Amino acid sequence: MSDPVVGADTASGTAPDAARRLRVFLVDDHAMFRAGVRTELRDHVDVVGEAGTVPEAVRQIVALRPDVVLLDVHMPEGGGRAVLEQVRQRLDPGTAVRFLALSVSDAAEDVIGLIRAGARGYVTKSISPGELADAIRRVAEGDAVFSPRLAGFVLDAFAARPHVTLADPELDQLTNREREVLRLLARGYAYKEIARELYISIKTVETHVSNVLRKLQMSNRYELSRWAADRRIV
Amino acid sequence: MGTSGSGTLVASWKPCDDRRDDQSEDMDAVIGTPAGARDTPAAAGAAASDRERPAGAAGSPSVAPRLYREPDSRVLAGVAAGLAAHLGLPVTAVRLAFVVLLGVNGLGALLYAVFWAVLPPRPGVARARRDLAKLLLFAVLAVVVLAVRAFVADLNDATAVAGWLIALIAVGAGVIWHQVGDPDPRRRGASAGEVPGAPWLGAILTETGRRAYLLRFIGGGVLIIVGTVGLAAAYTPVGGSSVTAVLNGLLFALVALLGVALVAAPLLWRMIGVLRQEREARIREQERAEFAAMIHDQVLHTLALIQRSAPTGSDAYRLARSQERTLRGWLYRKPAGTPGQRLETALERAAAEVEDAYPVTVEVVVVGSDPADNGERIEALVAAAREAMVNAARHARVDSVSVYAEVEPDQVSVFVRDRGVGFDPGAVDPGRHGVRGSIIGRMERHGGRAEIVSSPGEGTEVRLLLPLAADRKESP
Repeated sequence: MSDPVVGADTASGTAPDAARRLRVFLVDDHAMFRAGVRTELRDHVDVVGEAGTVPEAVRQIVALRPDVVLLDVHMPEGGGRAVLEQVRQRLDPGTAVRFLALSVSDAAEDVIGLIRAGARGYVTKSISPGELADAIRRVAEGDAVFSPRLAGFVLDAFAARPHVTLADPELDQLTNREREVLRLLARGYAYKEIARELYISIKTVETHVSNVLRKLQMSNRYELSRWAADRRIV
Repeated sequence: MGTSGSGTLVASWKPCDDRRDDQSEDMDAVIGTPAGARDTPAAAGAAASDRERPAGAAGSPSVAPRLYREPDSRVLAGVAAGLAAHLGLPVTAVRLAFVVLLGVNGLGALLYAVFWAVLPPRPGVARARRDLAKLLLFAVLAVVVLAVRAFVADLNDATAVAGWLIALIAVGAGVIWHQVGDPDPRRRGASAGEVPGAPWLGAILTETGRRAYLLRFIGGGVLIIVGTVGLAAAYTPVGGSSVTAVLNGLLFALVALLGVALVAAPLLWRMIGVLRQEREARIREQERAEFAAMIHDQVLHTLALIQRSAPTGSDAYRLARSQERTLRGWLYRKPAGTPGQRLETALERAAAEVEDAYPVTVEVVVVGSDPADNGERIEALVAAAREAMVNAARHARVDSVSVYAEVEPDQVSVFVRDRGVGFDPGAVDPGRHGVRGSIIGRMERHGGRAEIVSSPGEGTEVRLLLPLAADRKESP
C-alpha cells in the first residue's frame, strides 16, 4: 500500500521505513480509557495525541495527520461519526488518515453507521492490547478489520432474501467466497487460519475482506439500514 | 344586567389559576411579545399598559396585530381590550359600544359572548384581577341602557329574546371550548401535554383538571340547554299545548341522552384508564432511556476498563464481566421468548453460565433468526454447544472462546472454537463419555451431527449441525 502521508516520515524519520512506528491518535471522551490505551500501545505504536471532544479531535487530527485514528463510537456532540465526517471534509481525499472504530457496545446501528461513514474497521473495547496493535497495523496498511461480531452483522445484513430486488448486484450481494471468509471471521478465525482453511493466500483473504468493506460502505441496499435499525441489540 | 350576570357566572367556573396559553410559539413571534417580559408580574403589568394604547405601537408596525383577548387588562374577559388593540381604537370606546349595543335586542351581549368564545387569550400573558370599579361602572351603564330600551320598545319581541338566548348558548359553548384548549404546558407540566392529538384528554386525566372540567362541562351544558330550549319555545307557534310539547320533546331527548350515557360510560371509563396507563408507561420508558444512556456512557465504560486492566480470570475481571452482562441484558432488554431470537438468547445464557463458572470469556455471534417450531431440538443444540464451551473452558487453557451460530433455511449450525492446546481426537480414550455422550450422542439423537476438529497446539473447533425439517420452514 502506498502511503501518501506527508511530513510524518521526515519528522520522526531516523528509523528505516519498514520499521517505522505508526502514528496513532486517540479519540474518546473517557480520559481513563485514553490513558489505559496509551499505556498499552506504548510498545507498539506512537500515540501522537488524544482528544476527548469532537471539535478538539477534528482540529488535532487535521493538524497532526496521524496514520490511524482510534475512534470511540459514542461521544457527546455526534460521536465518532461526527469526527469522521468533519475530518473527511477538511482533508483532501488523498490524505491517508484511517479510522478504526472502538466501542463498548455493539449496537448494529452504530457500528454499521460508522463503517458506512468511512471507518476501516471495528473492534470492541475489551480487545486485548496485542490484538488492538494488530488491528491498527492492518488498518494502516489499508486493510479492513472485522471483529467476529461485525462479521456476523454483515452476514446478517447481506443475507440472501428471496424477494429482494437488487439495485446493483455487484454491490448489493456478497460472493460465496466473501461469505465463507466472513463466516470464518465470525467463528473467530484469524486471517492466517482462514487462508489455510480455504487454501488461499493471506493477501487474498485481505482482498476479500476489503471488498466486503467496500460493499458495506457503498451499497444502497435497503435492508442494510432497516436491518441495522431493527436490530438494536448487543 | 344579563351580560354582567353571565360574565360573573362564567368567571366563577374558571379555576383561578388557568392561563390560556395553548398558542404556538410562532404566534408569539408575530406579535413580538418580549419573551422575557412574560413571567414577572411587574413586566406583565408594563406590557398591559402598553396594550391599552392603540395597536401598532406594541408590535412591529409592518405586521397587523393578531386578534386576541387581553386577560391582563380585562374588565370582563378582555374582549374589548383585545378588539381595541386590534382595531386601533381607544378601549373605552369599544367597551361603550358593547354596552350601547346591549340595547339592540341584546346584540352587545351576543357579540361579546361570541368573541369571548372564539378568541384565544394572548399567549404568555398573566390574568390580572378584574377592576371592580370599572366593572360596576359598566354594569350600571348596561342597566341604564336596558332600562331605556325597555321604556322605548316592547321587550317581548321575539328577536330580542332570540338575541339573549343565542348569547346564552355562545357563553355556554365558550365555557366548554375554552376548557378544551386550556392545558398550559408550562403550568400543568408534562401531564396535560401528554396526550398528543387530543390535548383535552390531558385535561380530563389530570386529577385537579378533571373536577374543573366536569364543573365547566355541566355549567356550559346547562347554559346551552337553557338557551336551546328557550329558542325552541320562543319560535314555536303561540298556544298552550306548544310549551308542553317542547317539554315532552326535552324529556324524550333527556331520556335518550341518559341511555347513550349509560352505554358509553364504561367504554369511556376504560378508555380513560388505558390512556392513563399508556401515559405512565411512556414516562417510565423515558426514564429508563435516560438511565440507560447514563449507564451506557459511564458504567459500561468503567466495566470495560476494569476488564482491560485486570488479568483475565481474576476475580475482578469476572465480576466486571458478569456485571457488564447483567447491565447489557437490562439495557438491551429483549422480549423474552421472541421466537426469532430464542436460539440467540439461549446461547447467550449458556455462555454466561460458562463465564461465571470458569475463568474464560465467551463471545457469542448469531446470524439469522431461528424458526419457530423447533423448540426441543434447538434446546438440544444449545445444550451440546454449552458442553463444548465447558470443555474448551476446562481443557483448552485459553482466555476466550468464540461461539458462532448461523440459521439457514434448511439447517442451524453452531461452531464453538478456541485457540488453545488442542488434542488428537483419534487418541481420545473411547471409554470417555464426556464428548461422545453429551455432544455427539445428543446431536445424533436429534437428527443432527457433531464434528470435532482439533490437533495438538492448534486449538479445537466443535461443529454442530442441525438440519431443519423442510416442511417447517419459516416463510421468508
